[in-house]
Amino acid sequence: MSTPVTTAPRRRRTNPIHWLGFVLVGVIVLAGLVSFVWTPYALSDMAGGRLEAPNWQHWAGTDRLGRDLFTQLMIGARIALVVGSGAVAIGAAIGITTGVLAAFATRFFDDALAALFDILIAFPTLLIAMLVVAAREEASLGTAILALGIGLSPVVGRVTRILTKRILSQDYITAARVSGTSWPAIVFWHILPNIAPFLGVNLALQFGLAVMAEASLSYLGLGAPPPNASWGRMLQEAQSTVYTAPWGAVLPGLALFTLVIGVNLLADGLRDRFDPTQRGA
Amino acid sequence: MSDLLRVDGLCLATADKSLVEDLSFTIAPGERFGVIGESGSGKSLTALAITGLLPRAIRPSGQISLAGQQVVGASERQLAALRGPAVATVFQEPLTALDPLMPLGRQIALPVQRRLKREGADTSRTAVARDVRLLLDQVRLPDPDRLIHAFPHQVSGGQRQRVAIAMALACRPQLLIADEPTTALDVTTQAEIVKLITALVDELGIALLFISHDLAVVGQVAERVMVMRHGRAVETGPAAKVLTAPDDAYTRKLVDAARRFDTALEGRA
Ligand SMILES: Nc1ncnc2c1ncn2[C@@H]1O[C@H](COP(=O)(O)OP(=O)(O)O)[C@@H](O)[C@H]1O
Ligand SMILES: [Mg+2]
Repeated sequence: MSTPVTTAPRRRRTNPIHWLGFVLVGVIVLAGLVSFVWTPYALSDMAGGRLEAPNWQHWAGTDRLGRDLFTQLMIGARIALVVGSGAVAIGAAIGITTGVLAAFATRFFDDALAALFDILIAFPTLLIAMLVVAAREEASLGTAILALGIGLSPVVGRVTRILTKRILSQDYITAARVSGTSWPAIVFWHILPNIAPFLGVNLALQFGLAVMAEASLSYLGLGAPPPNASWGRMLQEAQSTVYTAPWGAVLPGLALFTLVIGVNLLADGLRDRFDPTQRGA
Repeated sequence: MSDLLRVDGLCLATADKSLVEDLSFTIAPGERFGVIGESGSGKSLTALAITGLLPRAIRPSGQISLAGQQVVGASERQLAALRGPAVATVFQEPLTALDPLMPLGRQIALPVQRRLKREGADTSRTAVARDVRLLLDQVRLPDPDRLIHAFPHQVSGGQRQRVAIAMALACRPQLLIADEPTTALDVTTQAEIVKLITALVDELGIALLFISHDLAVVGQVAERVMVMRHGRAVETGPAAKVLTAPDDAYTRKLVDAARRFDTALEGRA
């Protein structure tokens, strides 16, 4: 009976693939941070020849106007991070609140909210984002973030609702209620911590989607207006010269890919790391 | 004398099915009361009805008066005021009754905090920690320093159930409901938990509603017992009498079966 209480060491070996996530995101974050104090050239400085291939002066080549692409990539990293985290923060705030409310609501409102989530999800996020941009009557970085945040909120809402319902049917919620725990306390102490690991992975996915959607918005001319150099805008501008100067499109695409993959691996790793049930039994 | 719990003509039913019918019993302050019945006889639903936590699909009728408060038809607010000070519950499966992601110490601290607040006492971190230690001591859990940081899956089933008991006691309830608290445990641990619960409720003057399908276990714990079958009480009376010389045919069958089982075990020993 006197089984010893074994608290396994907190630090476990981390899966190398999760380290990769850490490194990939780290590189992008570093590039974004450094861009505040240093870039090889000024953003609008037409320092090189037109469409130079990557070389010692211009590590990522130049665009049609001879502007340095490496500089644009660095500034783009900062924009991608701001867009991704901003959109996810807005989407999470709206989605988690409505999702939890739906799970707690009477049958009628729960069904109504669930249907609303499904309808909004069926709407392409990009379309919702375009409507928001249209409503705000100007394309700016803030509008793009708001639009993407609203666009991804029903996905977060739906996942939150389902996860919350699953937790609500658990014995420990009944146990908490029997001992007089109020609903708000149950949400904060038991529900949010227990849905967080699953939600975190979903939010990482949404982060990637938001960054890519911003690229699409920029591509459509609805994202951050110039002189913001988002990766999406770079892609758009490289479109016409993709055969003669492919690096102009390949490099921002690669940066986008790096960030999206990195965030997903990182989220996966964090979940494993902070899940106490994965610690030795 | 005034009863702590008085259940009078309680009926529980879904839209198309009656699950518990015309159930009546009382529990005096400090009394140990046992409910025996086969699986599905309505024991757990009765316990949930007393705490006002029935699933939405199940409608109660009749009277339940707990610590002077009517439970059937009470508002959520009135019920919340009962849960904790009037009644607390220990469930069958301690693994699922504990939050898997919260350290055990914190899980005990939450009800302690609520009670201290309710009593207008000191709710500082040290005061709460002191009470948590006290409770761990009361339920005889070893190595409290490590235990408070452990998660449910890191301790044994018996230790988990002790934590669940500590959480219930943290509320200082007048009535403790134990719904098959030993069913999920191995035999030796079962005996320990039964002894612990009996000793604690006596020590603290808490009334006990002990639910089990196991005649022998209820016999060890309860002063008075009620036998349930198909949602009805078939016999209620002093444990010594009901479990040795039952009036009801069904109870007699249970008692005989238990006796045969015991003799069989002894025969093998
Ligand atoms: N939420 C529910 N909806 C409908 N029937 C239920 C529900 N919960 C339990 N029942 C039924 O009520 C009866 C009594 O259940 P319960 O009180 O859990 O029995 P036990 O005596 O084993 O604790 C069972 O037949 C069960 O199927
Ligand atoms: Mg039961």
